[in-house]
Amino acid sequence: MINCRILPAGDCALVVEFGKEIDPKLNSQVQFLRKQLEILKLPYVIETVPTFCSLLIYYNPILVSFEKLKNKLNHIVKKQDLQQSGAENIIEIPVCYDADYGPDMENLMMQKNMTRDEIIHLHTQPQYLIYMLGFLPGFAYLGGLHPSLHAKRLDNPRTVIPAGSVGIGGEQTGIYPLDSPGGWQLIGRTPVRPYDKNRSNPFLYQAGDSIKFVSVTQDEYYKIESGVLEGSYICQVKKGGIVL
Amino acid sequence: MSMEIISPGALSTIQDSGRTGLQAMGFSPSGATDLSAMRLANILTGNDINEAVLETTLIGPTIKFHKKCVIAITGASIKAKLNGVEINGNQAIEIASNDLLEMGFAVEGCRCYLSVAGGLSIKSELGSKSTHLKCAIGGFLGRALKAGDQIEFAKEITSLPKMEKRKVENLTSFLPVSRFSKEKSQVYILRAVKGPQDDMFTEAQKKQFTQNTYQLSVDSNRMACKLEGKSLDNLSGMDIISDGIALGSIQISSNGLPIVMLCDRQTTGGYAKIGTVITPDISIIAQCKPGEKVCFRWISVNESRRIYKKELKKLEKLELYLNK
Repeated sequence: MINCRILPAGDCALVVEFGKEIDPKLNSQVQFLRKQLEILKLPYVIETVPTFCSLLIYYNPILVSFEKLKNKLNHIVKKQDLQQSGAENIIEIPVCYDADYGPDMENLMMQKNMTRDEIIHLHTQPQYLIYMLGFLPGFAYLGGLHPSLHAKRLDNPRTVIPAGSVGIGGEQTGIYPLDSPGGWQLIGRTPVRPYDKNRSNPFLYQAGDSIKFVSVTQDEYYKIESGVLEGSYICQVKKGGIVL
Repeated sequence: MSMEIISPGALSTIQDSGRTGLQAMGFSPSGATDLSAMRLANILTGNDINEAVLETTLIGPTIKFHKKCVIAITGASIKAKLNGVEINGNQAIEIASNDLLEMGFAVEGCRCYLSVAGGLSIKSELGSKSTHLKCAIGGFLGRALKAGDQIEFAKEITSLPKMEKRKVENLTSFLPVSRFSKEKSQVYILRAVKGPQDDMFTEAQKKQFTQNTYQLSVDSNRMACKLEGKSLDNLSGMDIISDGIALGSIQISSNGLPIVMLCDRQTTGGYAKIGTVITPDISIIAQCKPGEKVCFRWISVNESRRIYKKELKKLEKLELYLNK
């Protein structure tokens, strides 16, 4: 039995809260509801925002009342069985971990007393679940970073981090989709763009998918980069859900 | 060329009703900060209510028109001048080729909306014409307007039917009640619905929240209005696991002061939200200048729905009247 709370967020939105933990099971309930709403195409649902353990739903209050929508949502949530959710995409992201792209790699090696290869091995091992996107277009909040790679944020955040930079901040790892300020320790960079407005599908992934980092050499990085610029490079995508 | 920006003002951008459907990807919706003023401008010029308009901030632009057209200016009350002669807002105005419009400083309020009959020739990007400044997409080259920018009109509409009906003196009964009519020391009341995290606050804190008077900080923009004043007492642990941020969300940050989230807000965040300002009252806070005072009143979700319907009716009635 799935428990959720349905909370008002003003006159045009509400939040369906499945719990208060960062947990793949709770997140799969969020993704389930989101997908059901996509399939049902209810005329009064405008858009949804999936986050770690809740779904924000924007609705048109002219067409439906809070109470009516709440009942409808409770009904949909009850339909989910607690088995593993369907197969999602696993997107392979090539990353060059050389010093030119990961200015904090040397520091991290010293802090952790690990070699570059050990760090790369631990970072490319997991299949990271995308819990949610936020902060910037295409910025994915990933779960599953190996505990021995947890690393504190920089005391002095950088004012500009190049798009594609891969970093570690606290218990999280991720990719900066756009040039932006930030305080994560940068260990590499990917030539692929998680968000590109000129691509037919501007976003590489969505919440519920997962990411696998693949280590590439600088030469491979250049090749992929020119492929990205020409529009000929396509990330490897496999099917397979996160095992809950 | 149809409309040339001679001077851009403080921050002038092209906005429509916002980019829908991409918040799940981390894209803030953008769009007009004061949606009802933006829609009024469109109705006065016979446009679809969601057509893209020019949003100005505090200091308006000076614009040279190179083609005949019909415009309307709504929102903040300004002392706009057309060829040196003062003109009123909240009405349709016929513009001749070579006319010069100086929008000037916002006397009361903060943001104006200038619509052109037939709309502006602006390409839609990711489903909207709204300028998203951070991502540099939408609007005019994805940025705020600069001197020398030339914006084309989508259609050549030189006059509208029933122009006399579109004059401000004949519209008074239809216009939204002006928030500018009160005396200057006014405290603007913002109606809000409790939640989603109101259970993280004590009854005393929720009461104190509505008893406090807050002042709009200079650090306010299209993303959020930061408020200054007395902090809520005895707060602890305002951090939550990041969740979605709705329009009007009232975040209480660690210093115990509220931040009201607007159209350029980040889509998700980790501060507890005591309540959410209702959509019609976003138009009130969107028009507040730094230093102006606001306070909050709790209303129920049902009440908020009744108000939302009533506000929309007002615009529908005006549209009906103009097209009759």
